[in-house]
Amino acid sequence: MDIAFIDNVLFATVRTATPLLLVALGAMMSERAGVLNLGQEGMVLVGAALAFIAAYVTGSMGWGVLAGAFAGMLVSVLFAFIALSLMANQVATGLALTIFGTGLSAFIGADYVGQSITGLSPIAIPLLSNIPLVGKALFAQDLLVYLSFGLFAGLWWIMRSTRLGLIIRAVGENPQAAHALGYPVIKIRYLAVLFGGAMAGLAGAYLSLSYTPMWSEGIAAGRGWIALALVVFASWRTQRVLLGAWLFGFASILHLLLQGYGYDISPNLLGMLPYLVTIIVLVIMMRRKQGIGDAPRSLGRPFSPSR
Amino acid sequence: MRRIRFSPLLAILAILFSASSSADPLKVGFVYVSPVGDAGWTYMHEQARQIVSEEFGDQIETAFVEGVAEGADSERVIRKMAKSGYDLIFTTSFGYMNPTIKAAKRFPKVTFEHATGYKMAKNVGNYMTRDHEARYLAGMVAGAMSKTDVLGFVGAFPIPEVVRGINAYMLGAQQTNPDITMKVIWVNTWHDPAREREAAESLMLQGADVLAMHTDSPAIIQAAEANGKYATGFNSDMSVYGPNAHLTSAMQHWHNMYRDKIQAVLDGSWKPTSVWHGLKQGANDIAPIHSDVPDEIVALVEQHKSQIVAGDRNVFQGPIYNQLNSIMVPEGSQMSDAELLKFNWYVQGIEGKIPQ
Repeated sequence: MDIAFIDNVLFATVRTATPLLLVALGAMMSERAGVLNLGQEGMVLVGAALAFIAAYVTGSMGWGVLAGAFAGMLVSVLFAFIALSLMANQVATGLALTIFGTGLSAFIGADYVGQSITGLSPIAIPLLSNIPLVGKALFAQDLLVYLSFGLFAGLWWIMRSTRLGLIIRAVGENPQAAHALGYPVIKIRYLAVLFGGAMAGLAGAYLSLSYTPMWSEGIAAGRGWIALALVVFASWRTQRVLLGAWLFGFASILHLLLQGYGYDISPNLLGMLPYLVTIIVLVIMMRRKQGIGDAPRSLGRPFSPSR
Repeated sequence: MRRIRFSPLLAILAILFSASSSADPLKVGFVYVSPVGDAGWTYMHEQARQIVSEEFGDQIETAFVEGVAEGADSERVIRKMAKSGYDLIFTTSFGYMNPTIKAAKRFPKVTFEHATGYKMAKNVGNYMTRDHEARYLAGMVAGAMSKTDVLGFVGAFPIPEVVRGINAYMLGAQQTNPDITMKVIWVNTWHDPAREREAAESLMLQGADVLAMHTDSPAIIQAAEANGKYATGFNSDMSVYGPNAHLTSAMQHWHNMYRDKIQAVLDGSWKPTSVWHGLKQGANDIAPIHSDVPDEIVALVEQHKSQIVAGDRNVFQGPIYNQLNSIMVPEGSQMSDAELLKFNWYVQGIEGKIPQ
């Protein structure tokens, strides 16, 4: 096994992890603000469909990415209105959003099945991309992967050391108190949900513009759900979300590689590997700290300023 | 024609509500495993449905339910269809076999047709294409174009239908390249483009330079294109997904079989039969071959194709050896259809074991 081989495995790991990372970061932010949006899969699909259509029609990747993010956001407005303004049950609304998004994406994408575009091309950063092992994985990716790194760093900083991070957490932990202090709880939750929608849309754009540059129904294949689970196992911490996404990506690649080497292990068992590894590692980390009590305390509970 | 979308649940509701207006036309239902927009397997079935639906006009009324998971879910969908007055139901995936047989027992007056399986009953026939014939031809091209002598195959599930295609591909490749070997990766899904792509990337990492797949999306063609390697497609002509990478595709055309089956039910002459059309009947073909492929290889492929069509050649004719180098099909004989339907071993040159 030479260095170039490991380079390539890590490169594939990061690429596999990117859609999960984008969705999970978005879901984490809205959950940190106390809103549980199970509609991630639907938003990813709508984002993927519109990103592909926009890129196909305009011929520009930039428009594709923007359209994806915007489409995800637009769908999330629907969720926000029903769950936050009308105070409907968030779990039910989120599930409905997934079903809605799945159908909507199939409907708008129907005419684009079988069309092909040239996907986003990787941009290798000179010098940095030559670093052994991590160079290719971190510095020879496409723009959306770099964007996901940037968003990760930004969110990590916001949640760790800014007032904005504190406010978002307050809204998720104790909205009554945040309200009493004069923070517009509903508005902040709206923004958090919209941000989550945009992130899911970006993940969709990554799938349909870069990873597999095409539109095919159900292209997300459950990644929205995996990302939701990642957030829980990462106990709502930014850096653990990244770790979890990478672990999952690595184990997915490993499972395929092991098969190629002819290891005589059932692919069904190997297929469980990514889930098992990710869950075990993150649960151990969770245990070492303060247990499972890390969920934002008002997660999923509607808030009405008048109560 | 009624177009049903969104989810199996909604589809069932639509079927239930439409049942009351049952009139003269023969009601024909289709159950699909992936979305009709998968650009692969289900897409080709849907094309065929549209063709026969057009041809028969007022005589039939068709509907489909897409994205139906194999197993218990499918049994419910099939039963609902039968219950709501469908006369002929096509179930188009291997995993629907047992659910179809079970549903057929409960609805003896409804005619069922199951694709790619091996079980039949009084009111259950089956049909499939000899896609292995097209695969064999695609394998000939792949073998000739491999420089590393390693082919990579992305399989969905280790079932006879897929194993047969893998073996046919390998036997074809051996015709043009005696040193060829092949690695197989199973992804345990019919349709997950990103995962199919990951599998393709893993195969290329391990030295494969021509890829093929038995899954539903064209993701592996794109993976090969991005890495400057070659690939062959499946189901439909997939050249649009990788103009430089796409060598050819093993294609399927289902409409002739659908036409025959529907006509038989309309005539009242339907009997449970196992219909298995191939290159000869136009149910399979290969897509135009890439210009990188040398002329003598193209000519050889054409020659083998016409021999298969004429019945002078069989993909699985002896001598065929298994991985342990023992002879499985002696010279001068060929595998029977019954054996092909239960294919559970790899031919020589394929690495790894079939997961049990």
